[in-house]
Amino acid sequence: MREVAVLGVGMTRFGELWDRSFREIGIEAGFQALVDAKLSSGDLGALYLGNMASGSLIAQEHIAPLILDYSGLGSHHLSAVRVEGGGASGALAFHQGYLAVASGAHDFVVVGGAEKLTDVPDVDGMRISNGAADQEWEVVFGATLPGLWGMVARRHMHEFGTTREQFARVAVHDHEMGSKNPNAHYRNRISLEAVVNATPVAEPLGMLDCAPLSDGAAAVVLGPLERARKFTDTPIRVAASQVACDSMALQHRRELTTMDATVVAAKRAFGQARRTAADVQVVELDDAYTVSALVSLEDLGFVPKGESGPTFATGAFGPGGKTVMNTSGGLKAQGRPFGAVGVAQIVEIVRQLRGEAGDRQVPGATLGLAHVLGGTGATSVVHLLERAT
Amino acid sequence: MSIARFWRETGRRYNLGASRCTVCKTVYFPPRSVCPSCAQHRRSLGKLTPLQLSGEGEVVTFSIIHDAAEGFEVQVPYVLAIVRTKEGPQLTGQVVDIDPKEVRIGLKVHATFRKLREEGKAGVIHYGYKFSPTTGPDDGPGRPGRSEPVAATATAEAGPVRA
Repeated sequence: MREVAVLGVGMTRFGELWDRSFREIGIEAGFQALVDAKLSSGDLGALYLGNMASGSLIAQEHIAPLILDYSGLGSHHLSAVRVEGGGASGALAFHQGYLAVASGAHDFVVVGGAEKLTDVPDVDGMRISNGAADQEWEVVFGATLPGLWGMVARRHMHEFGTTREQFARVAVHDHEMGSKNPNAHYRNRISLEAVVNATPVAEPLGMLDCAPLSDGAAAVVLGPLERARKFTDTPIRVAASQVACDSMALQHRRELTTMDATVVAAKRAFGQARRTAADVQVVELDDAYTVSALVSLEDLGFVPKGESGPTFATGAFGPGGKTVMNTSGGLKAQGRPFGAVGVAQIVEIVRQLRGEAGDRQVPGATLGLAHVLGGTGATSVVHLLERAT
Repeated sequence: MSIARFWRETGRRYNLGASRCTVCKTVYFPPRSVCPSCAQHRRSLGKLTPLQLSGEGEVVTFSIIHDAAEGFEVQVPYVLAIVRTKEGPQLTGQVVDIDPKEVRIGLKVHATFRKLREEGKAGVIHYGYKFSPTTGPDDGPGRPGRSEPVAATATAEAGPVRA
């Protein structure tokens, strides 16, 4: 297996992009990444496109060749493949791109992620997002994704004494970070009181514990590390790329407060990179719900199981901390266009490791981790990225 | 959801039809054809036999849902729970016949046959299990839960949360 590097990154603004179509945002992100990589389209071997629900959202399947075509690459007859894994779709696409370059099957590939959520009413967006849960044995009985995560939160409170306010602090943190990110869906700061007193969605979670439904696209260009210096002075090495899965329905998990898929993916990733959680300076993790962020901090090994609530409340993962969480604003503030999320996380980590993150730069960051879940953790993807020396 | 898609699962949703691995004795709901618990699980193929759950269990965790799943809009706020049955499997379902504020982790419940949702005014009505609190001296282990006649439980709806 060859070493793989990220050569270029790009993304659209996330948010309610009423005036822009699915194909437009996909193309914009892809071309930004190609320009950033100083690569010409003739060098490309393949496109991997992460997308969760284009069929339900815009009644368009077969989207990989669509994006390829409107990017002007149709005549190159590249391999173009859509990758789906709920909210982890983009991260899974990145994993496929990584494998393709690492194996030598392709030299240069584009990995994209795109989702257009505002072409359907909010209520349909909710229904479609529930498709990442088990329709037959969860949703049919009244479950929603926020409801399932609300049950994880309730159990976490019961087992470890985590408080409502401790969950809410994740949203406050994410909006603070998002305020410094020009691409973020939400750039407003919010107070702890606002989160705690927001309209309830699935108790104990309220509206401000839940990430929004956003439009957006992100893309990166991958190539062999040994050739990376031809394209960039700051190649970012993919130090680990790992996927792990678990039972589909939350009710079938070994535990309700530990996502085993994340524990396993993280263990494999740190093993692959020969590093530990203590070596990571920037982490983009799944905060689709405030509870998923706290549980993920534990499952990834940043805090012992059960201690995320009080530890996070000390500001340990804020600016100046040993590991800074979700400098992009995370899914909560940067936004949550399902298929784009996993790729946008990579974009943010790469910008941090290059020192190009502007007001939200973590000084001297050399190792970053990206983590995203599908559904309630049936899929978990962990990537480690490192500034190549 | 098409009629056939719901209909083919009625045995499980109406009668709590589960399966048990004859190799390791683990019980699964919904029933499985391969046992995930057996180390060499290919040996469990064809070794799982049908079993009906009693419907008795207790609440492991719950959430009070305000933003409903499709078809559940008229029921908000409703309690969604994961219930551990005495046979082992955990089921996701609503807890009814109780003020949502009174639901606690550890609450003893039993499955009861109810209307789940209807697909619009002229659409299919979905039935299946919900959970009702098990209270009183006669309601300990062995209380007939899901084995009660369907008509009797279906007409016995009462309490602040109805569906």
